[in-house]
Amino acid sequence: MANAKEIRGQIKSVKNTRKITRAMEMVAASKMRRAQERMRAARPYAEKIREVLGHLAQAHPEYEHPLMQVRPIKKAGFIVVTTDRGLCGALNVNVLRNVVHKMHDLHEQGINADLAVIGNKGLGFLRRHNAHLVAELNGLGDKPRLTDMIGPIRAMADAYAKGEVDVVYLVSSRFVNTMLQRATLEQLLPVEKPEVPAEPRGERWDYIYEPEARPVLDRLLQRYVESVVYQAVIEHLACEQSARMVAMKNASDNAKRMVGDLQLAYNKARQAAITQEIAEISAGAAAV
Amino acid sequence: MAMTIDVQVVSAEGSIYAGVADMVVAPGEMGELGILPRHAPLLTGLRPGELRIIHGAATEYLFVNGGVLEIQPHLVTVLADSAERATDIDEAKAMAAKQAAEARMAGQTDQMEYAAAQAELLEQIARLKTVRRLRDQGLLR
Repeated sequence: MANAKEIRGQIKSVKNTRKITRAMEMVAASKMRRAQERMRAARPYAEKIREVLGHLAQAHPEYEHPLMQVRPIKKAGFIVVTTDRGLCGALNVNVLRNVVHKMHDLHEQGINADLAVIGNKGLGFLRRHNAHLVAELNGLGDKPRLTDMIGPIRAMADAYAKGEVDVVYLVSSRFVNTMLQRATLEQLLPVEKPEVPAEPRGERWDYIYEPEARPVLDRLLQRYVESVVYQAVIEHLACEQSARMVAMKNASDNAKRMVGDLQLAYNKARQAAITQEIAEISAGAAAV
Repeated sequence: MAMTIDVQVVSAEGSIYAGVADMVVAPGEMGELGILPRHAPLLTGLRPGELRIIHGAATEYLFVNGGVLEIQPHLVTVLADSAERATDIDEAKAMAAKQAAEARMAGQTDQMEYAAAQAELLEQIARLKTVRRLRDQGLLR
């Protein structure tokens, strides 16, 4: 009875697939927890640096750093954050769709774009579509460090400082909760002036700068940009793990349902064969 | 009540230290800085070196690898590029990294790479200095 045997084979293969998706689900769940912790750990730095920049804006409202200059846009830059690995639902697709839409809009205004791409998935896609890549980075792993990312960040910041690009967008995903990640596109450069605290303190005060204001401010702003990108990358990592966890959970559930259906089909086929056999035997007996 | 100053040491990868101190000694770009409560607001770069946080009889040693230092009268914020507790430094590893940097410097003619190797070397020297001094004081092993 070939049919029943075929179904048995199928059940076995679906069960094996389910084992794999279950394992990936659990791995993603534990990695997600760690990625979220890392995301939280990075927050104080970003907050602090924003605070210091706020103080500075208060002390020097007229000061304009090269990275803050707003220019008419002739050429745009993108920093695109994607994952290295797939099987994480629509996460990368959403990010890349954002990039493509924005590039299309800009193209209609006659603006071309340079891209710095982090992560294999974005690299493959954008290379296939002949986008102009100026920097790329992959293989960051589960514990990305800021120093690993300086290359693409520096490439974009330098291009901006030299006037090669007039605006830089950062495209990545925001972690809303485990079930929901939202693809975002934000302006990285020019740096928007930090908001001056609402209640002005009576007198204006200023820092003592060592050695001088400019180099210290340069240093600070450069770090600010780096920390924004770093934050985006680790947030995207948390998104990746939770998206993968959800995708793998769905896959496991589907596999379970499929096994159920197949089991039913198998039982029916077996029962049909038995019934037929009995019918044949009793028909034979009646004929005698 | 004795006057103290709040200290926060954060790096991009996480918060390293938060607490109060009587005095903080930091490796400023233009030389070592001793910071007491009610210091004037100051902003400076840091070079690789050790950061000492003195509170009562206890001193906390941290190693920072460059960054930015912000001082407000009652708050010291260290935005470190990377920081580690001095007691976590592995001397053998630092030594090996130093030698690797020296070797790289000897072999490099490219200016950029030379500068990178030199920065690495300075960092490892500072790291070694910190750990050696700690050990001389019997604070380590």
